[in-house]
Amino acid sequence: MALLIGSITIGLILSLLALGIFISFRVFDFPDITAEGSFTFGAATAAALILSGMNPMLASFIAFLAGMVAGATTGIIHTHFKINPLLAGILVMTALYSINLHVMGKSNLPLMSETTIFSWVENLSVQWAGEGTKTNVLGWDVLVRDLYVLGFCFVAILLFSFILWWFFKTNIGTAMRATGDNSQMIRALGVNTKVMIITGIALSNGFIALSGAVLAQYQGFADVQMGIGMMVWGLASVIIGEAIINDTSIGFVITGAVTGSILFRILVAIALRWGLNPNDLKIITAIFVFIALILPVIMKNKKKISFKSHAHANN
Amino acid sequence: MLIIKNIVKTFNPGTVNEVQALRGVNLEIEAGSFVCVLGTNGSGKSTMLNAVAGSFMPDKGNIILDDTEITKWEEYKRAKFIGRVFQNPFSGTAPNMSIMENLSLAMKRGKSRGIGWGLPKSLINDFKNLVRPLNMGLEDRLENPIGKLSGGQRQALTLLMATALKPKLLLLDEHTAALDPKTAAKVIDLTQQIINRDHLTTLMVTHSMQQAVNLGDRIIMMHQGKVAYDFKGDEKKHLKVQDLLVLFDELRKKDNIDVAVANLLTEIYV
Repeated sequence: MALLIGSITIGLILSLLALGIFISFRVFDFPDITAEGSFTFGAATAAALILSGMNPMLASFIAFLAGMVAGATTGIIHTHFKINPLLAGILVMTALYSINLHVMGKSNLPLMSETTIFSWVENLSVQWAGEGTKTNVLGWDVLVRDLYVLGFCFVAILLFSFILWWFFKTNIGTAMRATGDNSQMIRALGVNTKVMIITGIALSNGFIALSGAVLAQYQGFADVQMGIGMMVWGLASVIIGEAIINDTSIGFVITGAVTGSILFRILVAIALRWGLNPNDLKIITAIFVFIALILPVIMKNKKKISFKSHAHANN
Repeated sequence: MLIIKNIVKTFNPGTVNEVQALRGVNLEIEAGSFVCVLGTNGSGKSTMLNAVAGSFMPDKGNIILDDTEITKWEEYKRAKFIGRVFQNPFSGTAPNMSIMENLSLAMKRGKSRGIGWGLPKSLINDFKNLVRPLNMGLEDRLENPIGKLSGGQRQALTLLMATALKPKLLLLDEHTAALDPKTAAKVIDLTQQIINRDHLTTLMVTHSMQQAVNLGDRIIMMHQGKVAYDFKGDEKKHLKVQDLLVLFDELRKKDNIDVAVANLLTEIYV
């Protein structure tokens, strides 16, 4: 049960990443690999600031802004210098690796004894429920502290999802979605699509950096390698979400991304429990996304073939 | 009033793919005038329209709309004054967004878009009234994504969207070319209704001489990146499809002679 609660908590934290990937991949159809760098950038920024004694909430917010700067850079490289989205992302991701090392000063920053968002939540649980109290959830003994952390993450993600949903329903958010859907059309309606792409990719990376910042505080360290594979991870979450929630309206899609993130994390935890070598995690994630990407095409072809043979039989 | 002064555009200059698309186009269009633009393939008629819309920057020349020089303005900025319908029915609407969302985007053409609610409930009735005259039953399907509609329905909606806020200039780029004849006739009817109702200054590129003869108050025929013929007033009123066909043949003959001469010269000198 502790494993399940831990997985759901991490799934919730990484759903910020999934939301970021959703913005770049689904709203803008922009394969943005900046994510790998900005995830670490968020973690590094928050960790360095917390170590310098800053309020962890403020540090996380600054990490969000740092991610936005990284995303805006990718956006500008793409829109103003006409560089392919993938390459623009790779350039910024590569540059961020050095920047992250500079921000952290070394490749790993421990936060175990620092005041983080989660040490606040844990203190709160001690104050209200007492040290090391356990409670019964569906027949299992669970630390109340873990439930507090889970609840905190749940409320926070609910809030962020709601803000994102609201944003995409505003005039500017609607124009942003239209930019990804048909840029020629929205330009003809007077929208500067370059500004939309830059803002959108900045927003995406803000969410991703925040995800990294919160994860660093949850696991108690920031590491320069922690961003590797996160883009595919986020994409896997988004794809699972789309498979579960078969609806294209923005509210459902956002709910889907969050649900997908939690489910994917639980699946991974179960696989690891059953003896999956952690080193194989990335290759399995990659294969999973590959299959998810080609499955619709295969299904379509199959349908066509069966339709053809059917038509043939009728003749 | 739209003034196009000596617009020149060469695509891919200095390469084997060099195309002199516009070689000095001069045109003055009075406010409220409805101009049909004809021309052979590659005559530059769509290119001229795109130059006015701002899809690319011309190499030379000026474009002036109602005393404002817009030659250097970017496409999105010009959209404040210009409504557009494209040849491809899929170009003018966002397929994954609902009919309502598309219409609401059009209601903000050229205006600043802030964090106000994108789909105010107060507009829903306006939208229903807007699409009801189309007789396509769209007023009951406002929530549906536009991608599910037919090309004709999408083109009709694009036309409504381009004119929802009265534009200073309406650009129609062969907007019925991709539709079946019956739907095309319907969209043309709608076009005429809207233009007459709002007295819109219009530039319509078309490949149909019948359309050009029936519609508007002026016909321009383009050839090799220039305006070759220009008919207005009574002259335009009395113009028949037959007359236009004769002119087309003449232009084609000229082309053929040019090609023949070029071949001859190549044979002799190269």
